[in-house]
Amino acid sequence: MKPAQFEYLNPSSIDEAVSLLNQYADDDAKVLAGGQSLVPLMNFRLARPKWLIDINGIEALDYIREEGDWLAVGAITRERAMEKSQLVADKCPLLKEVTRWIGHTTIRNRGTVGGCIAHNDPTAEYPLAATLLGAEVKAQGPNGVRSIPIQDFLVTYLTTALEPNEILTEVRFPVMAQNVGWAFQEFARRHGDFAIVEVGAMLTMDNGTVKDARIAIGGAGPVAFRATDAEEVLKGQQITDELLEEASEKAGGMTEPDSDVHASAEYRTHLAKVLTRRALKEAHSRAH
Amino acid sequence: MPIKKVAVSMTINGEQHEGLVEPRKLLVDFIREEAGLTGTHIGCEHGVCGACTVIMEGETVRSCLTFAVQAEGKELWTVEGLAENGNLSPLQNAFWENHGLQCGFCTPGILMTAVELLRDNPSPTDREIREGISGNLCRCTGYKNIVKSIDAAAKKYQAGEKEPVVAKAWH
Repeated sequence: MKPAQFEYLNPSSIDEAVSLLNQYADDDAKVLAGGQSLVPLMNFRLARPKWLIDINGIEALDYIREEGDWLAVGAITRERAMEKSQLVADKCPLLKEVTRWIGHTTIRNRGTVGGCIAHNDPTAEYPLAATLLGAEVKAQGPNGVRSIPIQDFLVTYLTTALEPNEILTEVRFPVMAQNVGWAFQEFARRHGDFAIVEVGAMLTMDNGTVKDARIAIGGAGPVAFRATDAEEVLKGQQITDELLEEASEKAGGMTEPDSDVHASAEYRTHLAKVLTRRALKEAHSRAH
Repeated sequence: MPIKKVAVSMTINGEQHEGLVEPRKLLVDFIREEAGLTGTHIGCEHGVCGACTVIMEGETVRSCLTFAVQAEGKELWTVEGLAENGNLSPLQNAFWENHGLQCGFCTPGILMTAVELLRDNPSPTDREIREGISGNLCRCTGYKNIVKSIDAAAKKYQAGEKEPVVAKAWH
């Protein structure tokens, strides 16, 4: 199908975009980033914004920078740029790995980091990576810029803490320590499809015992979440098959999946357990 | 209240095209209806099938997920831009020689995707070719010969043949 009618606005600065959004926020305005999720919804007429504010022309939102212990990524940075960036590969290798799982090259040429996180599909890769790493989101509204921890930003299915008159401007990912072992596991029916379930894990080891553990799961609840019960089981312990089994059971216990056309709730919980175990095993083998 | 039409102009295959369009006009519809270039096909209209893939500013995009107004001032290449002086390009010849198409509906999108794939990776493995075209659906299920054709094109380039559009789209 074709989209319903809308008015197109094409700001060239962040301030201009925020001002336009503030002006039309109560009249069905929507921000257009890469459009790889929004435009299909518009073509199906599931989304019918009256005002479309295209931020693709705002060059100030396109960057990947190292800022101290953070990797700062501008909202309209293309996923393809993340895939090709040496800085991302060096400072946050997990981000490079998850990017390969997003759609296909042509989708990643347009899809943006900010758009992916602001859309907040529960099976999308960047919300999961942001949750695992402990990212922060910067949003700009008429009253200025605020910083939002990712766990507060991702509210529920396709819903974030963004106010109607705020634009996501930057995502800040903590730089990964060199000695951390990390892994990303995803199950999808076909390459490039949305994940059924995805799991990311990070392990920091100290003399053979787990000093710190992080596990994040996507596709098994309304938003990507940290499997803290499983993390607690691991801390201070030596990694054994039994321990990984226990951790994956705990991770499965924290899932709140729904059944849908792609998979039943039971299957998603099962996948969460299996992928947690695999991710932990792989993360452990890479930790040093 | 009727929506105001917007003037857009863009370069497609080296030629200037202009039109007065509603902002909701998809780029693929502009290419087909305003520019009259019907080689680019419309399949699913929601970014899944890859039939509408074109090159914009040196990168493949789904022209069904892009509005014509977003292509204002941009440089595009479509399947019609592959051949030069009436001669099929090496990639097109490779498809011809290896039976890389059956009904041909997906072919324009596959060709444009393959141009970018081979530019980024001049000697792809079979697996890399398959991953590279994973976003393009062929419902004749002729993938085997499509992969073979792309591999054959890579070998033509390695033997010194040039894909004319590459020098034009990535300058």
